Amino acid sequence: MSHATQAAKFVEDQDRAHWHDQALWFVRAKRDRMATSLPEWETLREKASQIKAYTMSHLADLLEQFERNATKLGVQVHWARNAAEHNEIVHNILFRHDVHKVAKSKSMLTEECHLNPYLERHGIEVVDTDLGERIVQLNNEPPSHIVLPAIHRKKEDVGEIFHRYLNTEEGATDPEYLAEAARAHLRDKFMNADAGITGVNFAIAETGGFVVCTNEGNADLGVSLPKLHIACMGIEKLIPRAADLGVFLRLLARSATGQPITTYSSHFHGPREGCELHIVLVDNGRSEILGSDDFRRSLNCIRCGACMNTCPVYRRSGGHSYQTTVPGPIGSILAPARDANAHNSLPYACSLCGSCTDVCPVKIDLHHQLLTWRREIAVRGLVPLSKRFPMRIAGVVFRRPWLYRWLGGLARAIVPWLPRFLVYNRLNAWGRQRELPNFPKKSFRQTFRDRNEQ
Amino acid sequence: MSSRDDILASVRRNAKTVAPDLPDLEADWIQYADLQQQFSEVIETVGGRCVAAESDHDINNALKAIPEYSSASKIASTIPGIGESNVSLSEIDDPHELEDVDFAILPGEFAVAENGAVWVTDKDLKQRAVMFITQHLVLVVPGGEIVPHMHAAYERLHFGPAGFGVFISGPSKTADIEQSLVIGAHGPRSLTVFLTSN
Ligand code: SF4
Repeated sequence: MSHATQAAKFVEDQDRAHWHDQALWFVRAKRDRMATSLPEWETLREKASQIKAYTMSHLADLLEQFERNATKLGVQVHWARNAAEHNEIVHNILFRHDVHKVAKSKSMLTEECHLNPYLERHGIEVVDTDLGERIVQLNNEPPSHIVLPAIHRKKEDVGEIFHRYLNTEEGATDPEYLAEAARAHLRDKFMNADAGITGVNFAIAETGGFVVCTNEGNADLGVSLPKLHIACMGIEKLIPRAADLGVFLRLLARSATGQPITTYSSHFHGPREGCELHIVLVDNGRSEILGSDDFRRSLNCIRCGACMNTCPVYRRSGGHSYQTTVPGPIGSILAPARDANAHNSLPYACSLCGSCTDVCPVKIDLHHQLLTWRREIAVRGLVPLSKRFPMRIAGVVFRRPWLYRWLGGLARAIVPWLPRFLVYNRLNAWGRQRELPNFPKKSFRQTFRDRNEQ
Repeated sequence: MSSRDDILASVRRNAKTVAPDLPDLEADWIQYADLQQQFSEVIETVGGRCVAAESDHDINNALKAIPEYSSASKIASTIPGIGESNVSLSEIDDPHELEDVDFAILPGEFAVAENGAVWVTDKDLKQRAVMFITQHLVLVVPGGEIVPHMHAAYERLHFGPAGFGVFISGPSKTADIEQSLVIGAHGPRSLTVFLTSN
């Protein structure tokens, strides 16, 4: 189903759509305050983008270096070509340790690989411990945002979900009360987990360590109690030097939620004494993207979510309308790279305003890539007929200035007199939610000429 | 071919362009006239508390003034002379036993002015879980050890042998319910940082 069709369902509830828009704009405004409070913001973005460009062009060497150093620290490193291999590797490790319960912290990679349902099919209970993720997990829906997984849920919804699953009072909506209930519920899960799974924000080639950032402390609690820690990461999460973290940690939380830094930025170097630490390095299409001059930079993404918070389309259509693990501008670039046919409508879920490119902390040319994807989708013949046909007509008209002028004159003369049903019908997608502007009496050329004569 | 070799070969085949060298990380980074003041201002905005202390005596007095501390039944301190410790962390083999710790009092190595973070490691700490499982966290940091920004922080850090280190900035928190900030998500419900004068 196309993005537009999904989005139409979301905007049906106008109040909720408006509320969603405002909630994200609030986060965007916080990000702006943080960015402007640092005079070196643009320098930081530039450095971050240079570090990532270097990383991508030396990725194989850096991955080997990371593996060597991590192994020296006592970490067991695994490699997975795709999602299926990733899930198998994780399951094998858990199986060997006779694990039945897992406390998992936020990891978009494991979402991308659909690890939870895979493990559940094998009889392993996986609890998402990030509060937002737990909310959507209980409600049996995917996250709608990569940093704020339950941003589409109002506190009334959360109250209802918790009443159903955590026995909170019916109709409770106080965030303090609900969060406290979740704390008690999840404490119990932490205490009983046999293993912890986390994502990785940054992995350091030079040291073999990696960094995980959270505000809740759920990743740390999840892995410091049981004896087994599995960290799953895409191969693009690498950075060359520990000192590069200075740049990225300054950018990440400020861009994501408008905080100066996340509450916890945990640096893991090797396992705890008597415990095991495994790292799974996953390709799943990333090395292919590396080969594309147009889209390589999309791999620089540090998953801060800023491009979503600022996107006028995302804010008004909701994360679920994208039907991908990563929604919003960056998701609309990554998803077609995986399957252009299935996601052919996403590059069009964009007004090309360029706001995403302006806020991206690693300077990905997001809106340029979205435009490039549109061309690519046309070249591959994946544009739906409903778009292709009007485009063809527009092509005929725009190639003939006389025809364009003549049609313009005709429209100005007759459209204002046409009955509504002829103007606002199924063919006029633009007029579905809005009124056409009043037609001017004169064309632009005419107005311009009149002006020059004066 | 193994998955490893396959992935590396695919990465090598695809990574055609050669990017310029890694940038150096020197720049005109932000400086603060008063590091201590900047640090304590930021830590307040992230929900923490910063107290300047002349002596251990000061710290102990300030602790007693915290209502949750006076009513705490389990206190774990690794700093001799500070806090009425009744949990001996070095004797705990299973971190799950720390479930009911009310207060943990630990040393922080240094602080960062720009973001109110304190660098804490598990050196001399058998169970790092205590930093996250305790209801309240107290960090004691030498007041002279404040760096202006994260670049200066990483200049100080060297990751040699295996170990764990974390920047902690404030108490654990969440805003996952309608963007309302709630302090005390899974970890500590409060963070107090003492900046000592020695
Ligand atoms: S593309 Fe840029 S702005 Fe969007 S999530 Fe990634 S790093 Fe953040």
